[in-house]
Amino acid sequence: MSTNNERYELNKNLAQMLKGGVIMDVTTPEQAKIAEAAGACAVMALERIPADIRAAGGVSRMSDPKMIKGIQEAVSIPVMAKCRIGHFAEAQVLQAIEIDYIDESEVLSPADDVYHINKREFGVPFVCGAKDLGEALRRINEGASMIRTKGEPGTGDIVQAVRHMRKMNSEISKLVSMREDELFEAAKQLQVPYDLVLYVHENGKLPVVNFAAGGVATPADAALMMQLGAEGVFVGSGIFKSGNPAKRAAAIVQAVTNYTDAKLIAELSSDLGEAMVGINEQEIELLMAERGK
Amino acid sequence: MTIAVLALQGAFIEHEQMLQKLGVHTIELRQASDLQKDFDGIILPGGESTVQGKLLHDLNMFEPLKEKIQSGMPVLATCAGMILLASDIAEQDETYFETIPMTVKRNAYGRQLGSFHTNAEASGIGEIPMTFIRAPYVESVHTDTSGNTPEILSIVEDRIVGVKYKNQMAFAFHPELDQDTQIHEAFLGMIR
Repeated sequence: MSTNNERYELNKNLAQMLKGGVIMDVTTPEQAKIAEAAGACAVMALERIPADIRAAGGVSRMSDPKMIKGIQEAVSIPVMAKCRIGHFAEAQVLQAIEIDYIDESEVLSPADDVYHINKREFGVPFVCGAKDLGEALRRINEGASMIRTKGEPGTGDIVQAVRHMRKMNSEISKLVSMREDELFEAAKQLQVPYDLVLYVHENGKLPVVNFAAGGVATPADAALMMQLGAEGVFVGSGIFKSGNPAKRAAAIVQAVTNYTDAKLIAELSSDLGEAMVGINEQEIELLMAERGK
Repeated sequence: MTIAVLALQGAFIEHEQMLQKLGVHTIELRQASDLQKDFDGIILPGGESTVQGKLLHDLNMFEPLKEKIQSGMPVLATCAGMILLASDIAEQDETYFETIPMTVKRNAYGRQLGSFHTNAEASGIGEIPMTFIRAPYVESVHTDTSGNTPEILSIVEDRIVGVKYKNQMAFAFHPELDQDTQIHEAFLGMIR
């Protein structure tokens, strides 16, 4: 096994350890500690949570490395951070401060409207968003070792994450049921290498871990995504834009573990205080999911 | 034989697949009522020990599970699972089951860039593949009040990465991530 391949396997393995967990957006060491105490399996360090990025407008970039380091020092769980789509220099900076996972994210302003980062060149792992199977396999081919849905960030509206997960599932089922001689055409249609198509055909799943992200605001939202096949959940604005972050965070963590136990989720959903306000899909002007394909 | 895999968070499915390959029936422990079921051994998988530890308490599973371990039910613990069993955790006040007298160090090899794969000896088994993901290691093993000390099963680069103490086996690496089934077979051997 070459060194590069071994590193890629180790990076896929870290995502496996995050499964069944909740990754929470945090902007300060204090929030990171609240998230860790509430049961987050990792935190995403960023200067502004997506709801505020959306409200502020303008160009949104990688966070200040000093701020990220402060969060790395505050918690013992893995720390992730975002770089702009295609901005490999920002990714190099994040690798230099030994981030545990880089999110090449549509939440930030794209730096390149054609090319994504060649993630195979990096030692640190990458997670990327995908709306459908083709997008997921293209990111994996570029070296992503974890995939997440591209639900509309900062809206508190789950509809897009649901759409992406359902689309992914139906496209996977379709590949599984194909004859082998049909896979070559499928690879052409999906604009991805044949080997990855063959893997999905044989295994009925992506070759990497797949999380839900974008619009998760309640324990029931998390349970919905898990029942649709997500292997874990990212929660961005949903926690620290709500009335009682610590309580809501802990409730979402438990809902992800026991996602089919409606009775427990009923208890978990009680007295959580106000959920983030949220914006409907039709009310937003900027569709971040359309960034990078 | 039925093995119960703690399925609160982390890589529990990988352990289940490993056991299914060996023809062993598995169940998942997700809430307190699952502990009422019949099973002959417990697996504590990798993941984040802080998350698993919190959920064990929140879901009222901590005390009954600790009782089962103390009463002698065989346990296989990997990575985060090893941390849950340790009596002491370096640079951290909070501990969990405390059923193996040893001090473990969390994230002992640093961040994800420090994760690595190697082949090394495990006592009684031979050379096996070992995958370390943000792994802990055992800083030291202690002698309990009746004079027993955990047996050291494996050492990698001068660090203790595998121990056996009474009914419990704990490893800093992830046998469930590689194809080699020998650690799981050794664990099943403790039950048969």
